[in-house]
Amino acid sequence: MSNWMDIAALDDVPQRGSRVVKTHAGCVAVFRTAQDEVYALNNSCPHKGGPLSEGIVHGAFVTCPLHNWVFSLETGQAQGADSGRVETHPAKVENGRILLDRSIIAARTVA
Amino acid sequence: MPQKLIIIGAGMATGRALETLLETAPDAYDVTLFNAEPRGNYNRIMLSPVLAGDKTYAEIETHAAQWYADNGVTCRFGEKIASIDRGAKTVTAANGDVLAYDKLMFGTGSNPFIIPLPGHDLEGVIAYRDLEDTERMMGLGPDNKCVVIGGGLLGLEAAAGMAARGVDVTVVHIMGHLMERQLDEAAGYLLRRALVDKGITVKCSANSKEILGKDGHVRALLLDDGTKLPCDLLVMAVGIRPNVTLASEAGLAVGRGIHVDAQMVTSDADILAVGECVEHDGAIFGLVAPLYDQARVAAKTLLGEHATFVQKELSTKLKVTGCDLFSAGDFADGDGREDIVFRDPARGVYRRLVIESDVVIGAVMYGDTADSNWFFGLIRERTDIAEMRDTLIFGPAYQGGTPLDPLAAVAALSRDAEICGCNGICKGQIEDAIAAGAGDLAAIKATTKASASCGTCTGLVEQVLAVTLGDDFVLPAAASICACTDMTHEDVRRMIKSQRLTSMPAVWQECGWKTSCGCHVCRPALNFYLLADWPLVYQDDPQSRFINERKHANIQKDGTFSVVPRMWGGITTPDELRAIADAADKYAVPTVKVTGGQRIDLLGVKGEDLPAIWADLNAAGMVSGHAYSKGLRTVKTCVGTDHCRFGTQDSTGLGIKLEKTLWGSWTPHKLKLGVSGCPRNCAEATCKDIGIVCVDSGYQISIGGAAGMDVRETELLVQVATEEETIDVIKAITQAYRENARYLDRIYKWMAKVGMEWIKERVVDDLTERAALVERFELSQSIYRRDPWADHVQKRAESYQPLASLALEAAE
Ligand code: SRM
Ligand SMILES: Cc1cc2nc3c(=O)[nH]c(=O)nc-3n(C[C@H](O)[C@H](O)[C@H](O)COP(=O)(O)OP(=O)(O)OC[C@H]3O[C@@H](n4cnc5c(N)ncnc54)[C@H](O)[C@@H]3O)c2cc1C
Ligand code: SF4
Ligand code: FES
Repeated sequence: MSNWMDIAALDDVPQRGSRVVKTHAGCVAVFRTAQDEVYALNNSCPHKGGPLSEGIVHGAFVTCPLHNWVFSLETGQAQGADSGRVETHPAKVENGRILLDRSIIAARTVA
Repeated sequence: MPQKLIIIGAGMATGRALETLLETAPDAYDVTLFNAEPRGNYNRIMLSPVLAGDKTYAEIETHAAQWYADNGVTCRFGEKIASIDRGAKTVTAANGDVLAYDKLMFGTGSNPFIIPLPGHDLEGVIAYRDLEDTERMMGLGPDNKCVVIGGGLLGLEAAAGMAARGVDVTVVHIMGHLMERQLDEAAGYLLRRALVDKGITVKCSANSKEILGKDGHVRALLLDDGTKLPCDLLVMAVGIRPNVTLASEAGLAVGRGIHVDAQMVTSDADILAVGECVEHDGAIFGLVAPLYDQARVAAKTLLGEHATFVQKELSTKLKVTGCDLFSAGDFADGDGREDIVFRDPARGVYRRLVIESDVVIGAVMYGDTADSNWFFGLIRERTDIAEMRDTLIFGPAYQGGTPLDPLAAVAALSRDAEICGCNGICKGQIEDAIAAGAGDLAAIKATTKASASCGTCTGLVEQVLAVTLGDDFVLPAAASICACTDMTHEDVRRMIKSQRLTSMPAVWQECGWKTSCGCHVCRPALNFYLLADWPLVYQDDPQSRFINERKHANIQKDGTFSVVPRMWGGITTPDELRAIADAADKYAVPTVKVTGGQRIDLLGVKGEDLPAIWADLNAAGMVSGHAYSKGLRTVKTCVGTDHCRFGTQDSTGLGIKLEKTLWGSWTPHKLKLGVSGCPRNCAEATCKDIGIVCVDSGYQISIGGAAGMDVRETELLVQVATEEETIDVIKAITQAYRENARYLDRIYKWMAKVGMEWIKERVVDDLTERAALVERFELSQSIYRRDPWADHVQKRAESYQPLASLALEAAE
C-alpha cells in the first residue's frame, strides 16, 4: 500500500505561500515555493511557537512571522545565528496534486 | 520472404526509426507508411524558421519521394488508419482497405490541446502543429492582427515568426511570467523585454474568457478583466496531448500515452510505438531528442536485437532570433542546494546554476548561452565541480575570472538615464561634469545640481563618480537593503523610477540582485516601491507582505488575530456598537479593548474565523481599520464646534473627510493623523505624522510628529483658509512621502533627510506641483481605496481555511 495521501490541488496553495493541514497532533504547514516545490513542516516555531505558515517564503526558506527566525524548508533547520529545528514531513507533487505521507497522522510529538 | 511492417504516422520519430531500420537491414521488412498529413516526413521543429521566412518547406523535408521509392517504402500519405484488428493482425485504412501486418508501429504524435472556450470552433482559431497551420499564419501581413494564447516555447515561436512578417501580435499567457516551466522569473523578465522590443505585446497573468466572432469567423479574444483583443487569427499553443485514440480503441494498454517498455513494445508483442504518443515509465515526451533515442531502440527491436531506451536529462532552447535562452535540469530552490546567480545588467545577461553535493543539477541562462553545452555536459555527466566552484558561473573560458562587480547596474545605465529626479539631471551630464574636472560629490552638486535637493540620489551620483574615475574615487560605505543587493533603498528607488522598472524580476535583474528571488527584508520594500510608483501597472504581491498585511489583521503572539474596524474620525453609532458586540459574542472574542486610536479592537480571533467576522462587520456598514498596515491608520479627532465651547472649526467633520479620502493608501510606514478643534489640542494632533490644528482664521497643517519610540512635535508646514485646501495639501504631502521616502521611514525620518524646505517647495509654494501630486494620489487611490476585508470575503475566503483537516483520521 502506498503511504501517500492526496491532500489538495497544488494551486490551492499560492506560490511562495503556505496553508495548513490540521491533524489530531497539531497543524502541519504545507509550503509551495516559486518553483512549485512543496514542503511540509510542523506549523510551530521552536522559538516561541510562531505559526510558520504565516511567514514570508523566499527561495526554499521561510521567515517566522513573530520574530524573523529563518528556517530551511527542506531540513527544518534554523539559519544563521539562531538554533533549533522544525520537524519536517515527506511531501511531493504529482499530476498537480499535493501528496503527504500518512505518517503525519500517526502519533507524533508536536512542539 | 520479408515480413510486413505497417507504420502509422510519418512523423519525426518514425522517420528516424525507418532510416535506422533501412540502413541496417534494407530487406528485412516490406514497409507501408501511412500518414494523416498529405506529405511524408519533414522536420517539424523547423516550421518556426519557415514561418519566420528564414527557410522554405523544401528545405525542411527530410525524405523526398525518391527516397521512399529507392527504399521500396509504400507511401499512403493523406490517409489515416481507421481501425486495427489485433486478433486478425490487420489494419483498416480510412478508405476501407484492409492490410495484414506482421509488425505494427505507432508514431501518431500528439494532438494540440484546444481550450474549450466559447467560440473555440470559429473559423480562424488554429493550433500550431503542422504545415497547414504554418501556412495560415504565413498568410497574414502588416494589416493583420493575431492573438496567440500560450507563452510557452511554441506560442512564442509562433508570435516571433509572425512579428517578423510585420503582423501585430499579442501573446496572452495565464501565468505570471513567460515559459514558466523552463525559466525562472528573472529569465522570463528578460525574455519578455526582448519580445516587447520586437513589437510583440505580452500579457501575463491574463485569463481568456471567450472568443468573439462575426459571421462564423474569429474577431477578438475577450479576457476575464473585460479587455478585448481584436484579431484576424487566433493561435492556441497551450499544450499537447498524446494521440492515443486509435491505440486505446484497439485495446492496447494506455495511460496518458501508449504504454511501452524499454524496448518500445506495447502491451501487444507485435505492436511497437515511438514518439510523443508513448508513455514510458510514467513520462511522456515533447522534445525530439528522446524520440530519436526511442526510434533507434525500436529499429533494433524490430530486427530482433536487444536495445534499451533510457530517459536522459533534457534541455530547451528557443529558436527565436535575438532571444538567447537556455534551460536544463532542475532549477528549483532547495536546502543543500547552492544557487549561484550572475547578472550583468549592462549586457542583459542572466545565469543561474543550481548545485547540489558538488554537482550542477540545473541551469538557466539568458543573453549569453555560448557555454550552454558545457554546462549541459556538467549536468548530464554529473561532474564533480568542487575544484572550480568559485569561477564556475563564468564558464569554461574564465576559470579564474573576475568577481561580481557591485557597480555593474550603474555602469549599465545609458547617458540619458535620469539620476537626480529633483533637478532632472541625467547620467551623461554628470559624466560630462566629471570630464570637465568635477572630482567629488561637492563639485558635482555645485556644477550640475545633481543630489543638491532632496539628496536621495547621492548614492547613485557617487557610483557614477566611482565608475567614471575608477580608483581615483573612494566610494563611501553605504548600507545596502539586505544581503541580496549592494544597492541602498534610495539607489533602488531611483532605479525603479528612472529605468521604469515595473516588476520585481525587473528590479532583480537591472539592479544585479545576488539571489534568485529576494528575501523577507527586500521583498516587502520592493513591493511597496513598485506599487507606489506604478499603481496601474504593478500588481500587489501578497506573498511579499508581512502576515498582518497579507491577512489584513494583526497577528498575536499565540497565532490568533486582532480585528479593528474603522470608526471614521472616532465617531460611531449604537448600531455599529451592537454589531461589534454581536460579533464579539458570536466568535467568542476573548478581549474587547478601546485602542489609543479612538476605536475598538477585538483581540484573539481565530484565523479561520476572519472572513466570517469581517462579513458580519461589513453587513453592519463597517470596513477594515488597517490597524495592521504601513498605510493610513487613524484620524483622531476632538469634538470641535459641534459641542465644544472653544471649537473654532468642525474638527470631527474634517477628520472624517480626511479619513475617507486617505484610507486604503499604502505608505512607507504607518500614517496617523489628528485634527484638533483649537490650540488646546485635545486630539494630540501635534504628535501625529500629520496634524491639523483649527484656528479662527483657518487650519494649521504641521507634519513630522511621533509618540512612539521617539517622541516629537510636528513642524508647521502651512496655514490655509479652507477645508478644501487643507485636504489638497494633505493629499500632496502624503503622495510626496509615498513617492520619495525609504520603506519604514515615518514622515519625521524622511523629513530629516530631505529637509522641510524641499517639502514646502513642492506642496506649498509650487501650486502646479501640488496639483500633480494630488492627481497622482487620486490615481493610485482609484485602485486602493476599497475595503480589503470585503474583497477577501468575496474572493479569498477559502484561503483562510485549513487546506485539509485530518484531525478525525485514525492514527495507524
Ligand atoms: C491597539 C493599539 C494599542 C491599544 O490597545 O491602544 C496598538 C497596538 C500595537 N501597536 Fe501601537 N497601538 C496603538 C496605538 C499606538 C499609538 C497611539 C496613537 O496612535 O495615538 C502609538 C504612538 C503614536 C505613534 O505612532 O507615533 C503607537 C506606537 C506604536 C509603535 C512605535 C512607532 C514608532 O514609530 O516609534 C509601534 C511599532 C511599529 O509600528 O513599528 C506600534 C506597533 C503596534 C503593534 C501593531 C505591534 C505589532 O506589530 O504587532 C500592536 C498591535 C496590537 C494588536 O495586535 O492589535 N505601535 N501605537 C493602538 C491601536 C490604535 C488604532 O486604533 O489603530
Ligand atoms: C512548430 C514546432 C516547433 C517545435 N520545435 C521543437 C524544438 O525546437 N525542439 C524539439 O525538441 N521539439 C520541437 N517541437 C516538437 C517536435 O516537433 C515533436 O516532439 C516531434 O515532431 C514529435 O514527433 P512524433 O513523430 O512523435 O510526432 P509527429 O511528428 O507529430 O508525427 C505524427 C504524425 O502521425 C500522423 N498521424 C496521427 N494519427 C494518424 C493515423 N491514425 N493514421 C495515420 N497517420 C496519423 C500525423 O498526421 C503526424 O504527421 C516542435 C513542434 C512544433 C509543432
Ligand atoms: S506598547 Fe508594546 S506591548 Fe503595548 S501594544 Fe504597543 S507594541 Fe504591543
Ligand atoms: S516564534 Fe518564530 S521567531 Fe519567535
